[in-house]
Amino acid sequence: MAITQMIGAKIHRREDPRLVSGGGRYVDDLKRSNTTYAAFVRSPYAHAKIRMIDPSEAKKAPGVIAVLTAKDMEGVILGPAPVAPAFVAEKKTVPDRPPLPLDEAVYQGQPVAVVIAEEKYQASDAAALVHIDYEPLPAVADLEKAIQPDSPKAHTALPDNIAWDLTYNADAEAAFAEAEVTVKERILQQRLAPTPMEPRAVMAEWSPHEGSMTMWISNQGPHFIRLFVGGALGLPESKMRVIAPDVGGGFGSKICPYPEDYVVAAAAKITGRPVRWTESRTESIQVTTHGRGQVFDVEVAGKKDGTLLGMKVTQYLDAGAYVGTFGAFQPCACLLAGGGYKWKQIAARTVGVLTNRVSTDPYRGAGRPEATHLVERIVDVFAREIGMDPVAVRKKNFIQPGDFPYTQNFGLVMDSGNYDGTLDKALQLVGYEQVRRAQEEGRKHGKYIGIGLSTWIEICGFGPSAATAPATGGIGLVESAQVRVTPTGSVMVWTGTHSHGQGHDTTFAQIVADTLGVPMEQVEIRHGDTAEGTGFGYGTYGSRSLAVGGMAIRRASQKVVEKAKKLAAHAFEAAEEDVVFDQGKFYVKGSPDNAKALGEMAFASYGAGLPEGMEQGLEAVTYFDPPNFVWPFGAHVCVVEVDPDTGAVDMKKYVAVDDCGNVINPMIVEGQLHGGIAQGIAQALFEEVVYADDGSLR
Amino acid sequence: MKHKVSTTINGRRREDEVEARLLLVHYIRDVAGLTGTHVGCDTSQCGACTILVDGKAIKSCTMFAVQAEGRQLTTIEGLADGDKLHPIQQAFWDEHGLQCGYCTPGFIMAAKYLLDTNPTPSEDEIRKGLEGNLCRCTGYVNIIKAVKTASQVMSGGAQPAETPVATTASGS
Repeated sequence: MAITQMIGAKIHRREDPRLVSGGGRYVDDLKRSNTTYAAFVRSPYAHAKIRMIDPSEAKKAPGVIAVLTAKDMEGVILGPAPVAPAFVAEKKTVPDRPPLPLDEAVYQGQPVAVVIAEEKYQASDAAALVHIDYEPLPAVADLEKAIQPDSPKAHTALPDNIAWDLTYNADAEAAFAEAEVTVKERILQQRLAPTPMEPRAVMAEWSPHEGSMTMWISNQGPHFIRLFVGGALGLPESKMRVIAPDVGGGFGSKICPYPEDYVVAAAAKITGRPVRWTESRTESIQVTTHGRGQVFDVEVAGKKDGTLLGMKVTQYLDAGAYVGTFGAFQPCACLLAGGGYKWKQIAARTVGVLTNRVSTDPYRGAGRPEATHLVERIVDVFAREIGMDPVAVRKKNFIQPGDFPYTQNFGLVMDSGNYDGTLDKALQLVGYEQVRRAQEEGRKHGKYIGIGLSTWIEICGFGPSAATAPATGGIGLVESAQVRVTPTGSVMVWTGTHSHGQGHDTTFAQIVADTLGVPMEQVEIRHGDTAEGTGFGYGTYGSRSLAVGGMAIRRASQKVVEKAKKLAAHAFEAAEEDVVFDQGKFYVKGSPDNAKALGEMAFASYGAGLPEGMEQGLEAVTYFDPPNFVWPFGAHVCVVEVDPDTGAVDMKKYVAVDDCGNVINPMIVEGQLHGGIAQGIAQALFEEVVYADDGSLR
Repeated sequence: MKHKVSTTINGRRREDEVEARLLLVHYIRDVAGLTGTHVGCDTSQCGACTILVDGKAIKSCTMFAVQAEGRQLTTIEGLADGDKLHPIQQAFWDEHGLQCGYCTPGFIMAAKYLLDTNPTPSEDEIRKGLEGNLCRCTGYVNIIKAVKTASQVMSGGAQPAETPVATTASGS
């Protein structure tokens, strides 16, 4: 059996020498000859009727090749942008999202026209010369107002602003009937701008001779872009190539295709020239999808001894002006509202609401941090109500290690966990008893110490096809991999996931190197180009790449070993079961000195004299359909000092204990945690996208 | 109307004709073709475009190309000594000071200026020295570590790490 050398090792990232030297290959760095530049003309109003667009002055400006509006998209873009159906709601109003609106703008910054010019600055100059006659309409920029019957409507043609209204579990009455104590809270999740450091960027090149399109795009899942944008352009997938090269962060905001992506591709087709567009940061804040934007009404029933009985939760989700392509993912907050605790009943309902603001879509955790926050907050409120330490309430209600696999209130099967274990460790690291004492002591002298406590569970590894296909319009979220050993022993690996900071080039190479028993340097990891590798890749989001994609790579590598083993048995004239594979070498049991390397088998596999019925070549394709989601968990404790006069928060200590399963590369895992914690702290203390009542960004 | 501008970028002199309004960062990226300097905002907040102008860290989106007339410019591409990474680059690699890598060139150039002017900064001084640069991936923890490590190496306190390879073997 092969000795594990790479898995679990702190190996420095292979992609870094390039990235620290200016050798990154982000979309805006790439050049095509004869490239033109796009600049979008955007609605200054959150809601307005578009009476007339006059492009005549812009068309005369220096360098301008075309000024395109909704009418020019007719016949080029064949329909509205698709939205993942996600679920069958009792009520569902999903407004069609045209790439450019014909007569009504429904959020500030919505692209209304596009200028294509020879030079970047010329395109911007000319965009200012496109005259648009707007008639401002009443806008609704507030979630709670939008659900009132007399609210202005986000779209004039729709009956109301309710995008969906879905009840998962209706009933928690039995649990509430036993209640000795009930507590209630309204919990807010502000809107956030994902803000990857690289803004979005897209370049498209149309080949009229081949009838094919190539698109370079800063995106987390190029195969979905091929499916959506290629489909809208009426191109078969064979004629649409999408390349997502180095991507400078995504955080969920680079999963969906955007109006600009459709329009840039259409403009390339219309003008016959490569078209490039790179978002400005102002545009990024304004029109790249936002995250969160939710309000939860939560009520909990329990007993005075700390036992949690039931929960009723309603999620109101500000979908924005259009339901985000994957916007219906966030209701998973309802399904996880119980956290790591046992409940008799949980009633949950989600209401999606249309407003005149940019769409919300996944952002760092997408629904799962919301679930954690709501359950941990309400448990704290409950603990305070009954006068019990919040730690004691948590420990009294945890699902116990012996309970797994545990079927929770919504039928999801949680695989494993030791919630007391991570909490105890976190408390020990932070010195819980001491900080509680310091807190008590401090109050006597006007020093206010706050202790924030959160345990968490997540549903990750999206996901089993049976569970995920209904949410994506029929495509499960499994993952594919192709592993090829060339005649001289180079190993080429294609994965359908996409790396935009996660270090896949290193982590995945560690898995392959271990499985094949070859040096990492021999392993080339490729991703992000739909013209290469397997038929479909499912992309990177929802903490899935390693758990699902990594397994696909592992299994494809194992298939390669299986074939090579057959070949080795043939070469040794031995029975296959007598052949041992150890650290990249095959030998017959008991004769390790007479070994053949995997590379030798690779060379042989392309030649003559193979076993009867065996085809040439040494490569394998796998689609890994995980049997379940994965359920990581942990506990975080934060100690802060608050200035009672100014409200300023000074963070004194932050302890995180997380169980994320088998760690391939601890350095990369720690880096991911640092980043996640920083974004969590930022949401708690600093970040919010704020709109004025008229729907304009403040 | 175009204006002549002559600069020296990473030791190489060049002359170009540019519009007066052309931003220095666009000159570097689009005219000189050095794409390691990135654009992360349009408000001079993010620092992704940081370069050295006559040795001083400048956000190259805050200057016009014509203002660089006669100046010595150093970009991320000019930092390594052939194949050998500059100690700051090496430290960012060793300490996992980057994830997506987009902000990294700007951070490294800002760190270069910081260490040129203050070879052994305290952690507070590092944080202050890099406050003009934003990163969304790392939470800054390992960036600070990287600059500390680079400071030690450059001031002779520690040897640069060997090119990293597998460092542990974790059983069967």
